[in-house]
Amino acid sequence: MPDRGSVDERLDTVLREERGRLTAALVRILGDWDVAEELVQDAAVSALEHWPSDGVPTNPGAWLMTAARRKAVDRLRRFARYRERMHLLTAEASEMDKPIATGGPMGADDRLRLLFTCCHPALNREAQVALTLRTIGALETAAVARAFLVPEATIAQRLVRAKRKIRDAAIPYRVPDASELPARLGEVLRVLYLIFNEGYLASSGQVAERRDLARDAEWLVSLLARLMPDEPEVLGLLALTRLHLARSDARFAANGSLVLLPDQDRSLWDRAGISAAMEVLARAERMNRPGSYQLQAAIIAAHAISPSWGATNWSAIVELYDALVRLEPTPVVALNRALALAELDGPAAGLAAVEPLAGRLSEYHLYHAARAELLRRLGRSDDSRAANERALALTDNPAERRLLEERLQA
Amino acid sequence: MKYMMIIAGSEAEAPVDEERSTAAFQRIVEWWNGHEEAGRIIEGHQLEPSSTATTVRIGTTGSTTVTDGPFAEGKEIVGGYAVLDVADLDAALSLAASWPAPSTIEIRPIVERA
Repeated sequence: MPDRGSVDERLDTVLREERGRLTAALVRILGDWDVAEELVQDAAVSALEHWPSDGVPTNPGAWLMTAARRKAVDRLRRFARYRERMHLLTAEASEMDKPIATGGPMGADDRLRLLFTCCHPALNREAQVALTLRTIGALETAAVARAFLVPEATIAQRLVRAKRKIRDAAIPYRVPDASELPARLGEVLRVLYLIFNEGYLASSGQVAERRDLARDAEWLVSLLARLMPDEPEVLGLLALTRLHLARSDARFAANGSLVLLPDQDRSLWDRAGISAAMEVLARAERMNRPGSYQLQAAIIAAHAISPSWGATNWSAIVELYDALVRLEPTPVVALNRALALAELDGPAAGLAAVEPLAGRLSEYHLYHAARAELLRRLGRSDDSRAANERALALTDNPAERRLLEERLQA
Repeated sequence: MKYMMIIAGSEAEAPVDEERSTAAFQRIVEWWNGHEEAGRIIEGHQLEPSSTATTVRIGTTGSTTVTDGPFAEGKEIVGGYAVLDVADLDAALSLAASWPAPSTIEIRPIVERA
């Protein structure tokens, strides 16, 4: 009898990896998402029945495909339109043993095709997120709903609507060709980063972070990095998410208050995680195609290698922000650049760079919080207080609220 | 796969300069003819300006009212349409994106009953 605990753990890891692969292969073969998902569900149930006592099979992908095929025979016999495709499922079981194919779009893993379909720009953002987590991340609908704090019925409806649009509008199931790839890959990365951010710092509700969701996002990015190993921005995003996660133990105080970077206990940072992430970033940088995720990761990396806040290399960070502003001239990037500038040249210089953003960021809580901090350093305590109050009125995140309340009481 | 490509835009944006206007029209004609000859456009037409539109509304009780103007009052007015026959949504979207004039284009699959 195999050791129960280790089988469960191995089973979770394998199932997560293989469910997505199986879903993607079945969508390709059967051309029907709902049938594919049902068969995957059935196969997963079989695995949970057999693997704990028999052990995880040597070729779990092939095992699951065979189980799915058996279920498909039972379920689909009645439907003439699936009959001809049944024999393909048998052939596919042997394919599932092969390692992940990379290289050109034709040799790509089915999951890569499916990911581009899930993140197709013809689907709205919420649908992209739900589909990606459900099909590629193999999360149950209920788990997606919990992660986004919306009723399960809402997510179920979003998934139904999105799958219907994919079918009725004929959204293709393929990796975009070279001319479309930069824009379409950008869309995929935005979806994955949004999932990560939602987990890393939840935008609403009573929970400050949902690290499970952040780890799911990191898993999805690492999958994409395995499928597209030559895309530096994918590696950039992977390094970025890993650098964030490596510091996550230092981000919250015992009372649940958010601890900002200057005040974090750097001994709580995961040093091994940081150096592994920096290796990924270095690999991306060697490809000589800079991009905004690589730059963001490089900024975080500059902080991660600094022994203390005081020892931070601010001129390097301001330079990285200058490059980022050129690629992404958004007011939020400009705000972050201004804050780095405040460390380099003093709070007055920072404030002078922050205030021109007032018009575009008046509803953004971090604009007011940042301005409050600079005003405090300049000794303008009444103005600082008013800015902190404005920030507090604009955020629902419990950890951020607690931090702002503490500042107001100080 | 058949799609309806509905081309809308601001009627006020039409270029006043005659030479530019002719050149812009010429680009559209070339675009259209190219896709039509390749079989990607099955049919389609430019529409007269919205000032010529008349709207007929049929209520739930079957009563009808006729009013002057297009059905949706807005800045974007439907100015033409094409019926496309292409492989999938990506093909339809890239065709729409190549339309040679500032516009807002809606792509809708056509219901085909056997």
